[in-house]
Amino acid sequence: MLLRYLSQIGKYFLMWKEIFSKQTKWSVMRGLIFKEIDDLIIDSLGIVAFISFFVGGVVSIQTALNLNNPLIPKTLIGYATRESVILEFAPTFISVIMAGKMGSFITSSIGSMRVTEQIDALEVMGVNSLNYLVFPKLIAVLLYPFVIGISMFLGVFGGYIAAVYGGFGASSDFIDGLQINFEPFHVTYAFIKTFIFGILLASIPAFHGYYMKGGALEVGKASTVAFVWTSVLIILVNYILTQLLLT
Amino acid sequence: MIEIKNIEKSFGETKILKGVSTIFEAGKTNLIIGQSGSGKTVLLKSLLGIHTPEVGTISFDGRIYSDLNSDEKRELRTEIGMLFQGSALFDSMTVSENVGFPLKMFTNDNKKKIQERVDFVLERVALVGAHNKLPSEISGGMQKRVAIARAIVNNPKYLFCDEPNSGLDPNTATLIDNLIREITEEYNITTVINTHDMNSVMEIGEKIVFLKNGLKEWEGTKEEIFRTDNEAVVDFVYSSNLFKKVREAYLKE
Repeated sequence: MLLRYLSQIGKYFLMWKEIFSKQTKWSVMRGLIFKEIDDLIIDSLGIVAFISFFVGGVVSIQTALNLNNPLIPKTLIGYATRESVILEFAPTFISVIMAGKMGSFITSSIGSMRVTEQIDALEVMGVNSLNYLVFPKLIAVLLYPFVIGISMFLGVFGGYIAAVYGGFGASSDFIDGLQINFEPFHVTYAFIKTFIFGILLASIPAFHGYYMKGGALEVGKASTVAFVWTSVLIILVNYILTQLLLT
Repeated sequence: MIEIKNIEKSFGETKILKGVSTIFEAGKTNLIIGQSGSGKTVLLKSLLGIHTPEVGTISFDGRIYSDLNSDEKRELRTEIGMLFQGSALFDSMTVSENVGFPLKMFTNDNKKKIQERVDFVLERVALVGAHNKLPSEISGGMQKRVAIARAIVNNPKYLFCDEPNSGLDPNTATLIDNLIREITEEYNITTVINTHDMNSVMEIGEKIVFLKNGLKEWEGTKEEIFRTDNEAVVDFVYSSNLFKKVREAYLKE
């Protein structure tokens, strides 16, 4: 069992070496990168915006409902929403959701190509299939922090709308709360995490799709396994980075 | 010409190829036949470099595959055309894009020149008017023809076909067989076909290699297969009454 895991980890790192060897022609690669940006980044914006706006609103309402003590200022609603959304919700939980959305798309699209011998066809033609299929995805996820930036903004905005228009506090209180004890490094920390999560989101599902064996049923299984491992690694890396960067 | 010398290939404890040697000549349709599990697919995948034999050598016009470095192997692969059993067309690309793919990847030709070559090979495989269709929008026989067009678009020296007739009706199967034979002769390609379709054997088998339990049991031409008294070949090839009768008629003549 342990040997199998170690062998898989070794294979994962060898995959990285292969991704960067024998590059595909730039004229072809350019088109592939734009296609991946469209599939992985642009197509994710809708669901990320929807979830961020409403979860931001819920965080704000729940904070407001727990403020029973009159000595605690209403500015805490904006402060708590900002901290929750920027530190954890946008970078980590949106990434776990993206492990399902983006990750299963990557695993199933590459896995289907494996099942239907399209990857063998690329290899037989002399194309480095890992570079052709995975490299453009890795470049596309460099824009992933942009998605999380939007998520941060909409999360806080959703919190504002819920707090002010739900009658839980005044607009000025919420905005004051957003500005209290603001640590610019927290945003840097969130983007450092996001960058690393983006790399995990592209590479782990690609690994599971590329090296899968079997038929259509196994494509589904590979997608599930890829989602589980990507989520587990996001949570573990989140813990390690928080320890390293915030303590 | 492809020369195979004594290749052996195992998966775990199971030895699939047990020392196969043969020569596939240029300009001829070479067929590998045998029952399921005889090692045909492993032999074909070893020729393609997908499997690496533990023992023996495969040489492509004097170039021993295992002695080449990774760049030379990739270079050699650009001289290979492959027709996969399920066609293996790229789903997200149109017929035109599929056929032009090898040219786009490996030549510096401009769009116009690529399109001219794509049009030429699509016409050669009698597939006009399907340029902008996706593989999912055309029939299985048409997909096979697109796959042949893609395999020959950059003038390969070697063409490999895995069960080219599987899933096709008899008419389309004969059409595909004849197309492969014509292209092989026209461009002097070394063609190797993995099949267990006896119609193909009778139609286009210029050289036939019969595998049994990972060993080369017999080899010869389609004329010789009628006269052979090798029991394993006779059992396999003439298992159907139709082919028994074809053989009897041939021998009477």
